[in-house]
Amino acid sequence: MSSFIEFKHIHFKYQQGEDWALKDVSFHIEDNEWVAIIGHNGSGKSTIAKLMNGLLFPQEGEIRVQDLVVNEETIWDVRKKVGMVFQNPDNQFVGTTVVDDVAFGLENHGIPREEMITRIDNSLRAVNMEDYYNHEPHRLSGGQKQRVAIASVLAVAPELVIFDEATAMLDPKGRATIMETVQQVRETKNVSIVTITHDLNEVTFADRVIVMNEGKVWFEGTPREVFKQHEELQKIGLDTPFVTQVSRVLESKGINLVKEPINHKELMDELWTLYSIK
Amino acid sequence: MSNSFIIGQYVPGSSIVHRLDPRTKITIIFFFVIIIFFANNLLSYGVLAFFALLSMFTTKIKISYILKGLKPVWFIVIFTFILHLLVTKDGEVLFSIFSFEVYSGALYKGLEISLRFTLLILMTSLLTLTTTPISITDGVESMLNPLRKIHFPVHELALMMSISLRFIPTLMQETEKISKAQASRGVDFRTGKMKERIKAVVPLLVPLFVSAFKRAEELAMAMEARGYNGGEGRTKFRELKLQRVDAFIFIFSALILVVFFFTRV
Amino acid sequence: MDIIFNKVSHIYQPNTPFEFKALENVSFHIQSGSYVAIIGHTGSGKSTLIQHLNGLVKPTSGEVKIGDYVITPEKKLKDVMTLREKVGIVFQYPEHQLFEETVEKDISFGPQNFNIAQEVVQKRIPELLKAVQLPENILQRSPFDLSGGQMRRVAIAGVLVMDPKILVLDEPTAGLDPRGQKEIMDMFYRVHQEEERTTILVTHSMEDALKYADHVIIMDHGKVYMEGPPLEIFKDQEALNNVGLDIPEVIQFLNKLESKFHISIPFRGQSVEQLGKEVAEAFKRGDKSE
Repeated sequence: MSSFIEFKHIHFKYQQGEDWALKDVSFHIEDNEWVAIIGHNGSGKSTIAKLMNGLLFPQEGEIRVQDLVVNEETIWDVRKKVGMVFQNPDNQFVGTTVVDDVAFGLENHGIPREEMITRIDNSLRAVNMEDYYNHEPHRLSGGQKQRVAIASVLAVAPELVIFDEATAMLDPKGRATIMETVQQVRETKNVSIVTITHDLNEVTFADRVIVMNEGKVWFEGTPREVFKQHEELQKIGLDTPFVTQVSRVLESKGINLVKEPINHKELMDELWTLYSIK
Repeated sequence: MSNSFIIGQYVPGSSIVHRLDPRTKITIIFFFVIIIFFANNLLSYGVLAFFALLSMFTTKIKISYILKGLKPVWFIVIFTFILHLLVTKDGEVLFSIFSFEVYSGALYKGLEISLRFTLLILMTSLLTLTTTPISITDGVESMLNPLRKIHFPVHELALMMSISLRFIPTLMQETEKISKAQASRGVDFRTGKMKERIKAVVPLLVPLFVSAFKRAEELAMAMEARGYNGGEGRTKFRELKLQRVDAFIFIFSALILVVFFFTRV
Repeated sequence: MDIIFNKVSHIYQPNTPFEFKALENVSFHIQSGSYVAIIGHTGSGKSTLIQHLNGLVKPTSGEVKIGDYVITPEKKLKDVMTLREKVGIVFQYPEHQLFEETVEKDISFGPQNFNIAQEVVQKRIPELLKAVQLPENILQRSPFDLSGGQMRRVAIAGVLVMDPKILVLDEPTAGLDPRGQKEIMDMFYRVHQEEERTTILVTHSMEDALKYADHVIIMDHGKVYMEGPPLEIFKDQEALNNVGLDIPEVIQFLNKLESKFHISIPFRGQSVEQLGKEVAEAFKRGDKSE
């Protein structure tokens, strides 16, 4: 019962007569846990995000956020607990300036003005955007807009933040700053994080990974366990990181790596222990 | 981006005019527009022109830039001036070009209308040059607030205005992008017969509408996800407060107003 | 068709408070038939640069030559349509330019503007669909009913149908999943090789630049920062890091092997498979010089 959010046998379709977008999906996310959900386009991963804060409702099954069952009556409370950052930086920027945008969510939740000011300050500082108070969105880069979106969500002090392909439309620099920001948030605040992505390098930061395929949970495990499924992942259209690919070849040539390396450093260290002891 | 897009676009600054409360500026300009029709002699126009020019210099925006912004308006001013010369037949004949006789009354009337027009445009563009659109919206919202009592949707109106303002630059960028993409596919927006040019707009408009709808849908979802549930129970971050400088400017403007009525005949 | 930039500068909104120098004194020469990657951060001037290639914008100073078509600041663009017919640009998120009722009409839209005979277009369409991997029965469907990936392919077909001599790609895979990205990039490479076509790829992906391009131009703050064959460019990690760019992961990996184990394997464009084999052999031989 300690799970923060729980999906119980969820079935969902967008329209009657269509195929199920989600088929019997069950999983849970703990307090302060970072879960990555991956899958190629159309695997149902974004649908999950929208179900989590009541933007959509399942036809079958039950979603629970702490002690709340997500339904029409509870959505406003659920949305206080579950914040969401979307893919398109432009289409979620409501305010005419940075500070207005962060204020928007706070205004919606009826936070008094004095408290708003401190919350805006803190959350903009948390994403390193404190120098951009009065900037207009069209003068910001995509990455900066996404950081403002994160600040807007953090200001409301949610217990879970969902990143629904929040880096997909950014350049590498923007992507890197967003991933840094997420890690920073994770270290400094008491929040669970769900990142929905098809960038496998982003997955390595998560505690746990849920791999979606054709509307079903296809695999669940640590990043290391997921990357061990190298060949299977490629079959369902997901690319594994370079390090995983190299490790596979090395192993096939008789170099036995003890644990599955998930980044360059780990691979180098593995090789080091193997070849410097001799 | 063409230069015509920057007419009246906000230019950041910290002059007194920039710092005034938007309500102060809107009120003053409102009265200025009314009063301009009461001017009836050279001196009274002089007072108004003095006030407008003084405001213009106080903004500390480059004069050349302001004048350049007024460029498209010059055409209308000159056009109305000439029209008056040709049509009005008051006073004595001053001189004649070809068989057209120009009357003194026409010259006076033409000058007067042109001057009025120029002052009007100058003052209103000073408002938009020194006030961010969102402050103008705030000002309007605050001034309309009493209408809430008769269930006029002030909050919704203000939200609509601010979202439109927010998306104008985005949609302009989008228009430019799509028109460039279609131009690369051989659409010619610039030359050809009227009929062809109208036809050329379709490949621009359809994608624009499609994307605007998609944006609206996503924005609505994002707003909902952030807890937007109508105006009820909402607090407000933006707050307007009249400062000492507003009081000062009000008094100064009132003074000018008094002087103005003394100069009238 | 060679592409020559001679001291090209481009300034947006000159003499206003919003003045912005997008390109500054840019010069380069792209040989006909080459595959060039242009890399740089958002705002480094890449988009402005490519808009000079078919006369969407003119330089503020300097000169652009595309084959024998010359664009200078002073002269009006003459017969710009002849240029645009030869230079096809696939813009970022090209699916945003779709507007016709059917896929077929949308693909035929460009050729129609350039007065290419209907029969020629009809002949091209089947092979075109094969190239972008779309089924033939898609032709009569509305482009707005398709999935994002399919819409992207239709839009790309709408540019390829003109059979451009120069193909300009502005981050053509942005927003696609890894599988879609690879398919599209491989497709463009085939299209590039088929005829003596010049391809210009604007990208953030060092991996793609390394894999496909034979020449790389690095842009920074409106200037050409580095230029050369990819393997040369990616040797200089420090120079790239200085403008906030990375080198491809493969080369990072080989560099680390070199510094940690003194194993030196030069990169010649090996596949991961081949590379892993070479690394394994090096370790087994005990290739380390202590």
